[in-house]
Amino acid sequence: MASSAQRPGPAVTLAGPPAPVTVIVGEEELLVERAVSAAVALAAAAGAAALAEDGGTGADVHDVAAAGLTVGELSGLTAPSLFGGGSVVVVRSAQDAAKDLSAALVRLASSPVPEVFLVVTHAGGAKNKALLADLLKAGARRVDCPSIKRFSDRMDFLHGEFRLYGRKADDAGLRALLDAVGTDLRDLAAACSQLSADTTGVVSHALVARYYQGRAEATGFSVADRACEGNLAGALEQLRWALATGTSPVLISSALAQGLRTLGLVGSVGRGLSPNALAAELGMPSWRIDKARQQLSGWTSAGLAKAHAAVAEADVQVKGEGASAGYALERAIAVIVACRAGR
Amino acid sequence: MSDPAPVFADLIGQETVIDQLQRAVEASAGQVAGRGSGGMTHAWLFTGPPGSGRSLAARAFAAALLCDRGGCRECPSCRQLAAGTHADLLLVRPDGLSYGVRQTRDLVLKAAAAPVSGRWRIVLFEDADRSTEQAANALLKAIEEPAPRTVWLLCAPYADDLPTTIRSRCRLVTLMTPRTSAVTAVLEREGVPAERARTAALAAQGHIGRARRLATDEEAARRRAEVLRVPVHIGTLGQAFKAAAALVKAADAEAAATTEQLDEPEREALRRAFGEGSTGKGVAAALRGGAGALRDLEDRQKSRATRLKRDSLDRALLDLAGYYRDVLAIQLGASVELANEARDAELRQLAAASAPAGTVRRIEAIMRCRQRLAANAAPLLAVEELTLALAAK
Repeated sequence: MASSAQRPGPAVTLAGPPAPVTVIVGEEELLVERAVSAAVALAAAAGAAALAEDGGTGADVHDVAAAGLTVGELSGLTAPSLFGGGSVVVVRSAQDAAKDLSAALVRLASSPVPEVFLVVTHAGGAKNKALLADLLKAGARRVDCPSIKRFSDRMDFLHGEFRLYGRKADDAGLRALLDAVGTDLRDLAAACSQLSADTTGVVSHALVARYYQGRAEATGFSVADRACEGNLAGALEQLRWALATGTSPVLISSALAQGLRTLGLVGSVGRGLSPNALAAELGMPSWRIDKARQQLSGWTSAGLAKAHAAVAEADVQVKGEGASAGYALERAIAVIVACRAGR
Repeated sequence: MSDPAPVFADLIGQETVIDQLQRAVEASAGQVAGRGSGGMTHAWLFTGPPGSGRSLAARAFAAALLCDRGGCRECPSCRQLAAGTHADLLLVRPDGLSYGVRQTRDLVLKAAAAPVSGRWRIVLFEDADRSTEQAANALLKAIEEPAPRTVWLLCAPYADDLPTTIRSRCRLVTLMTPRTSAVTAVLEREGVPAERARTAALAAQGHIGRARRLATDEEAARRRAEVLRVPVHIGTLGQAFKAAAALVKAADAEAAATTEQLDEPEREALRRAFGEGSTGKGVAAALRGGAGALRDLEDRQKSRATRLKRDSLDRALLDLAGYYRDVLAIQLGASVELANEARDAELRQLAAASAPAGTVRRIEAIMRCRQRLAANAAPLLAVEELTLALAAK
């Protein structure tokens, strides 16, 4: 692996002279982490430059959580050193700061201590919003790390990642990467770094497919869909991926149950009703009804009942009656697929 | 042998048990007075099917042991016991999913104290089968080496519900399922009209508390009627799925109705205990310190809600089991009291339309569903499996 383990990779660079107080606002952990490193690096560099004349060794970096931090500890950390040389104090999750600590932070922001740089992270929510506003009013520099939730944002993020490594990627390739790795930013960043290190040329669909063969974002629902469609190999593969990536077996058994439940409910109504009317009656989204109607071919009432019984059995096995959750689920899937064939 | 003490009057149809307990009370009086010790022992296990009055019997026994006159129902001791305020009675009633080892250790410590009244110190442990394995082991230590004046009264549906090690150190009191006529008589004495009393007594199958509830609580009777609609209304797969959803929803609603009344006042009281609403120095810190205790309380409340839900579902399942038992009785031509006399026509129709083997299979499906619910299965999934099995030809 080319990327180093501790550093979450390159990215944010902060320009200009370091501000005495930097506030990093947002919940996207990876981006916050990067912004903190950038701010610390900038401050440390400035400290080192100032110190070079005195022959100092550079700034001290302290990294503390706001919850449980007392004012006394904070003033200890931000006090000027007897030996010169500044310090950088990172206060994490400032939304958890107690009242008196918040006041102390604002005081520091409005009358900064020379050669001490403060980096504060704040989740940006409603909790302790006043502190954030006060810090900004006192002249702190704001760095935003908005959460990446939308598809287009993720694509932008990936484009940016590859650009940092000096690589190009096409949209199809990025989409395949998202399908394969999932939505966790850390995973995505690690995947970008690894792809950049191990491959050459444009990151295309073919390249990603070769690298992440067979692994889509496996969830209980993708397992259930494959099983209900009668795709045994596909369902088992999804199951293994889902379990390997930490999906709880309980969620998988409940997804299987939900899949069969939808089939049973939709199948017993007949095709006359429109999906929307049916959706209102059964209390489920209409796309699920459409999907269930597609999956219904090959199923009989008796088969559904038998398959459902197998899932109910697997559910108690998974909850501790059986020795292996994986085996119980595999068996349930095998029975579901066999029942679909009508045997 | 003298007449049974007044305190035993509430035990219905349990003559053998009353006799056994009465002898022990007489022997205990001798022991308290410093004479011989035969006939009395320090650990008792009350078993009997649900509703036969295990805890009632244990309570009556406790009252008789603590009373100077062997259970007169009138002296201060008996009154305190009836009100649940007697200093020498430790009442344990697990209301969560299980009773843990930490609670048990506390209990053992408290149980070892000398009696205040100079007679006995009594621990009445209802639903002792809910204690975890570790808790049972902690209990065993106390029962193996009893304090001289401590008496343990454990209640469980069956002796097998407790580990052999505990069972073998307890004297067994086995309550019987009271006859329908006895239950009817009790309800009538409480002012329930005769016809209604009989219907409720039959439906409850010897469970006195349940019979009382069915006879006096419209909602409980309505819910039972709703549950018993299931067997005739699950023709298709879709109906079976819907019936299961309705059963689970009704159980959730019933549990929610109970927990709603309990939860918020409990949380309120705890927050007040940690200083909410008061002013002054340190209140904020005290409130913060209460957050952990509040979380503990919420966990306990959640566990209680789960248990209430399960109990409610279990009642519904037992009603269903009784229904199919009636069907089986008709199919096999057995001459037994039907639990659902009022639905005779419907039962006969169902009996004619299916085979005894199918009915047995359905009853087994109900029992399997009960086991699965007890094993923490997803309620909806387990009940769906049941309704599908009931619907299967």
